[in-house]
Amino acid sequence: MTGAVPAPDAVAPAAVRRPRRTTSYLQAVLGTVPMIAVAVGVYIIGIAFTVYWSFTDSKIFPSDRLVGFAQYDRLWSSDRWQTAVHNIWIFGSLSIVCNMVFGYLLAVFMDQRIRQEDLLRSIFLYPFAMSLIVTGLIWQWMLDPNLGIENVIHNLGWTSFHFSPLVDKDTAIYGLVIAGIWQGSGVTMAILLAGLRGVDDEIWKAARVDGIPTWRTYLFIALPMMRGSLATAFVLQAVGVIRVYDLIIAMTGGGPGIATNMPAVYVIDMIGSSQNVAQGMAAATMMLLPVVLVIGFGGAITWYRRRRQEERA
Amino acid sequence: MSGAVLADSGAVERWGVEPAGRKPARFSAGRLGIYAFLVISALFFLVPLYIMIVTSLKEMDEIRLGYLFSPPQHLTFQPWADAWLHACTGRDCNGLSPGFFNSVKITLPSVIISIVIAAINGYALSFWRYRGANFFFGLLVFGAFVPYQVVVYPLIIAARSTGIFSTLAAIIIVHTIFGMPILTLLFRNFYASLPIELFKAARVDGAGFWRTFVYIMIPMSVPITTVAVILQVTGIWNDFLFGIIFSGRSNWPMTVQLNNIVQTTTGTRAYNVNMAATIITAAIPLAIYFISGRWFVRGIAAGSVKG
Repeated sequence: MTGAVPAPDAVAPAAVRRPRRTTSYLQAVLGTVPMIAVAVGVYIIGIAFTVYWSFTDSKIFPSDRLVGFAQYDRLWSSDRWQTAVHNIWIFGSLSIVCNMVFGYLLAVFMDQRIRQEDLLRSIFLYPFAMSLIVTGLIWQWMLDPNLGIENVIHNLGWTSFHFSPLVDKDTAIYGLVIAGIWQGSGVTMAILLAGLRGVDDEIWKAARVDGIPTWRTYLFIALPMMRGSLATAFVLQAVGVIRVYDLIIAMTGGGPGIATNMPAVYVIDMIGSSQNVAQGMAAATMMLLPVVLVIGFGGAITWYRRRRQEERA
Repeated sequence: MSGAVLADSGAVERWGVEPAGRKPARFSAGRLGIYAFLVISALFFLVPLYIMIVTSLKEMDEIRLGYLFSPPQHLTFQPWADAWLHACTGRDCNGLSPGFFNSVKITLPSVIISIVIAAINGYALSFWRYRGANFFFGLLVFGAFVPYQVVVYPLIIAARSTGIFSTLAAIIIVHTIFGMPILTLLFRNFYASLPIELFKAARVDGAGFWRTFVYIMIPMSVPITTVAVILQVTGIWNDFLFGIIFSGRSNWPMTVQLNNIVQTTTGTRAYNVNMAATIITAAIPLAIYFISGRWFVRGIAAGSVKG
């Protein structure tokens, strides 16, 4: 059947075939109008407007009066934005590192031919299915000193016990990290476990023959071979961290004071209740910058590698 | 058969593979340690859910005593009824139920429209790659990484100037837009993995763009559509940000309503009602998660891997 396919192509007279091919391709363009509209309308024109408005003095409504980098000056001299940037570094690095370490530990333990693997996987993963609003509310209660963990320990008789990170502005961010781990480490486990199972059986046998302890095989042999899964888990979390908004709204509302502000919250506040669109757009542009840099950098590396491979071939 | 098609598309999906570690002894201190670690970890994930359920079945007097872990002494389902019908947000005291139906009204059309569009995109990108198609696709993939906050304000302005801001139409379009990058990727990769002969045979028979899509591609797309539906239903149901901005007060989805109910500061905090409301809000995605099982993880993995 495969061999028969090209034949009509060769036989059919070009004059008859051409118009139909073209109309079909026209249909393809028509069919993908939504894609073209979103790609161009949202990701080119939309971003262009965001960047443009960040150079204006827009307040409640967009304005066309350009003010240069004044919005960026104000942004970087504002306490709230600096707290937000500081917070996203702490929250991002801590929750990603903890999720990776905890997720890999879970994956390794799950890989020991244990009973009830499916049940355990369901338990580790279910928080990921829920809204971040739900996760945020749950942990807001768990960490509430009058209701949650602290209260339980007090009732057991240990009255000097203290565990209420959300109340204190210096520790509130760590409360968010706990919720982040609860939500995200199960997915990390699932992705890394799949990666572990993708490592060739021969590798395990060879390592065993060489008498390498199991823990070293997991750490120094399997882990470096799972670059794909590690990258997947990392990207999934990094994208989540930059977007984190719901969790903060539900858990702390950005407080106490401004202690748990993050860039995503800052932008929404500025275009909403603070009625300072240009400020919000400057902050949004700052959020876009690292994404563009990372993608640009990654793209450049891929392109360079591909070219070197072609040169070799 | 449908499972086989998916199983080929990457290491991430190799759930069925046997554990690779060495065969352990039947019972040893080491085994005990392994199970101890796993059980304690499982408790970390389960305890909050347990506390939520138990508390939602207690009366407020009992909750005030503070024995969070103990099962309810006087079992009551009143908090659940209150959460559904009477819980207040500001002056409205209709409970969560309006939010639930709003979420249904938002989720159903958004899921259908976004998946139909993404399937056509993926099909065109795999078999009808007209000049420039990959440029638009590249933009979409880039869009998958762009934080929502970067483009949300231009979308607000666009919705306002077309007069659909604060309507169901606005929120449905927004969900369709933000679902498009991942879904298109998903469908493109799926169609690209199908044998090209299938497509060529249809072409030889004289089928054009739409006929090939409807008669050949759609019947083949059941597995990937299942993944897409799971991904979209949970994603859209759980959305908060777009709902609060675009849908308008009368269409607010359940997540927004829940947050308003819980954060309402007037009166005493009815923890039992609030926790019942929280469980109800999480119920739909949780049900999908437990029913769909491995398909769910497949969706996450497929959505993130190449994205």
